[in-house]
Amino acid sequence: MALVLNEDEVMMRDMAQGFFAEKAPIKALRTLRDTQDETGFDRGLWSEMAAQGFAGIVVPEEHGGVDMGYLAAGLVAEQMGRNLTASPFFSTAILAATALRHGSAEQQGEWLPKIASGDAVIALALDEGVKHNPRGTSTTAEPSGNGFKLNGAKAMVVDGHVADVMIVAARTSGEDGDADGISLFLVDPKAKGISTERTIMVDSHNAARIDLDDVEVSGDALLGTLDEGMNVLDAVLSAGRGIAAAELLGAGAQAFEDTVAYIKERKQFGAIIGEFQALQHRSSHMYSELEIARSAVVGALTALDAGDEKASQYCAMAKAKLGSVAKLVSQEGVQMHGGVGMTDEYDIGLFMKRIRVLQELMGDAHYHMNEFANSHSY
Amino acid sequence: MSDLDTFRADTRTWLEANCPAEMRTPLKGDQDFCWGGRNFVFQSDAQKQWLDVMVAKGWTVPTWPTEFGGGGLSRKEEAVIHQEMHRINARIPLFSFGISMLGPALLKFGTDAQKAEHLPKIARGEIHWCQGYSEPGAGSDLASLKTKAEDKGDHYIVNGQKVWTSYADKADWIFCLVRTDNTGKKHHGISFVLFDMTTEGVEVRPIKLISGRSPFCETFFSDVKVLKSNLVGEEHKGWSIAKYLLTHEREMIGGSNEVGRPLHEIAAASLGLQDGKLSDPMLRAKIAEAEIDEWAFNLTVKRKLAEAKAGASLGADSSMLKYYGTELNKRKFELMMDASGHDGLEWESERSNDGKVARSWLRTKGNSIEGGTSEVQLNIISKHILQLPGA
Repeated sequence: MALVLNEDEVMMRDMAQGFFAEKAPIKALRTLRDTQDETGFDRGLWSEMAAQGFAGIVVPEEHGGVDMGYLAAGLVAEQMGRNLTASPFFSTAILAATALRHGSAEQQGEWLPKIASGDAVIALALDEGVKHNPRGTSTTAEPSGNGFKLNGAKAMVVDGHVADVMIVAARTSGEDGDADGISLFLVDPKAKGISTERTIMVDSHNAARIDLDDVEVSGDALLGTLDEGMNVLDAVLSAGRGIAAAELLGAGAQAFEDTVAYIKERKQFGAIIGEFQALQHRSSHMYSELEIARSAVVGALTALDAGDEKASQYCAMAKAKLGSVAKLVSQEGVQMHGGVGMTDEYDIGLFMKRIRVLQELMGDAHYHMNEFANSHSY
Repeated sequence: MSDLDTFRADTRTWLEANCPAEMRTPLKGDQDFCWGGRNFVFQSDAQKQWLDVMVAKGWTVPTWPTEFGGGGLSRKEEAVIHQEMHRINARIPLFSFGISMLGPALLKFGTDAQKAEHLPKIARGEIHWCQGYSEPGAGSDLASLKTKAEDKGDHYIVNGQKVWTSYADKADWIFCLVRTDNTGKKHHGISFVLFDMTTEGVEVRPIKLISGRSPFCETFFSDVKVLKSNLVGEEHKGWSIAKYLLTHEREMIGGSNEVGRPLHEIAAASLGLQDGKLSDPMLRAKIAEAEIDEWAFNLTVKRKLAEAKAGASLGADSSMLKYYGTELNKRKFELMMDASGHDGLEWESERSNDGKVARSWLRTKGNSIEGGTSEVQLNIISKHILQLPGA
């Protein structure tokens, strides 16, 4: 397994680094937050990201994408993490594009080009209730006429309030807790019976709650095979976890670098506080954890691109590791900034908020540790 | 097929034909390690035969030049040999500080005569080397070492004491740091010398550890005569060799955390499962966390070595690997003791294989002390990577 970036990947990373630092730095997020922007991201920025190939990064070339794979997508996500960039990259370019690659020729032809061109925002409505639990999906889809009728309540739907179409996971057979019996549907957010509540989140990024009350969809809204939605979801969740881990890596690394820079400047007791061993050893420990975490991300995404049979497990392991490491780094970051770490003026608090959301998204470290043990029969 | 594929196929065939069946079983304990040396007693004919065929092939040191008993192979070919050995569970034919530490230093800093004299004997396992670094007053602060080498023209007279000398009681020769000048800064005036442990004036006393074993010794030198032809590199400038060698040692300690069976299997066998889960939920969570960390750490070792091969220097990251790997290993053995419960506490019984788990657990406590403590590694990271002031 190549764990070192090749030339194309280095180019992609450098391009993404320059792009986000210039076009979507942290102050852009502050502006979206402070102006209570209704969209929650800058549509102009999303068009530019599409022009750079970011929106179509896992879309096949025949549908207008650049199809560079998940490791490359992770390099983009890492830079977004460093800049706390708000965009539909995660919902649309990663989750929806991965799901739609499993769709019918017609569904692919309709939506994949629009993803790649930045003309559609697509949200995945999977989670329900308080914690991530895909097998616990209890939203139902019952046969109705030529199609289905959906009922249920979805939470943590990223970009749900601005989506042009949603991918809704619903139970078509089986019981709560079964992996089988879940199906995916393409649903128009403006359809009768849907109510959407944008939820303003702690990190000022997008999410929504979606209620479905007797929502009628046609038979061709089904994405993938009836009752076997988990097969598609596995691919979507692996991609989502791997990419969320990459974004956590970026956010964690930047929070750490900001902290180290701060303790090299701040003076107390007549000394630069970075001279104190109490801070040095904690910093060195965090450096080590971040290096270990980076390997987890690179290893998982490389395995995903290679079609490794353990890729989905590796992505979950990376998500677990990054959830823990990024949390450690952001919490220590605030503490080591001292009083200014509590102010809105400094960025370290924004990193802590974003990391809190990302580590919860698609399963936190506890969830994935539990799943890891289950899958190893212990 | 690429050249490397051909090499792999040839290696596989050769190993199948030449590695004795007995040498394809796990090492059960210290007694199964082949250290070589003048006084080494082979445990079995198979152990000797395995060493002999590997020596003849130059594969105890695959990447060393053939003139010094090596295989003259590339790093990639060496990796293939290791992978193919691992595939059939072949034991390492020869454990040696000569191979892992002194050899690389001699190849880089030694004279032609020193290379010709020592490297082939290391490759063949004829001389068992030990390392004379730490002293009672110079552990983490190694550069403050005081063992004195007085200049007597064509030779030195060495006086002083070393401690934590691994396997000094079994070693034939020592590579040793001595002070040839104490007028400058502490890193200056250190020299790197080699001498025979049977030289008059050398005395060795094993140290009994908390594990009940004695892998380390105290080593005393009184008026030991060392010829100047056994000085490696420049006089007074041995510190750079010492550092080079420590980097190798750190990689070895940091990367050598194999336990064999996965922790969760040991725990499941010991504690049993309820509804398919370990009966202790807190331990279960900690084991899952440790196993995920181990996966990510092993990937990190691979990634850093791949980066080093691609041209970036490993540098102070060897300290990161040493720190993380040893702390992780200690964590794993704590969990192993937790999982083993009452059984793990037995010290002398057949059931416990003479306290194998307990003794291994105790041994791991030294991992984060030897080769530079975890605290020293964190200092190195702070200074050389994070560039924090005053570190």
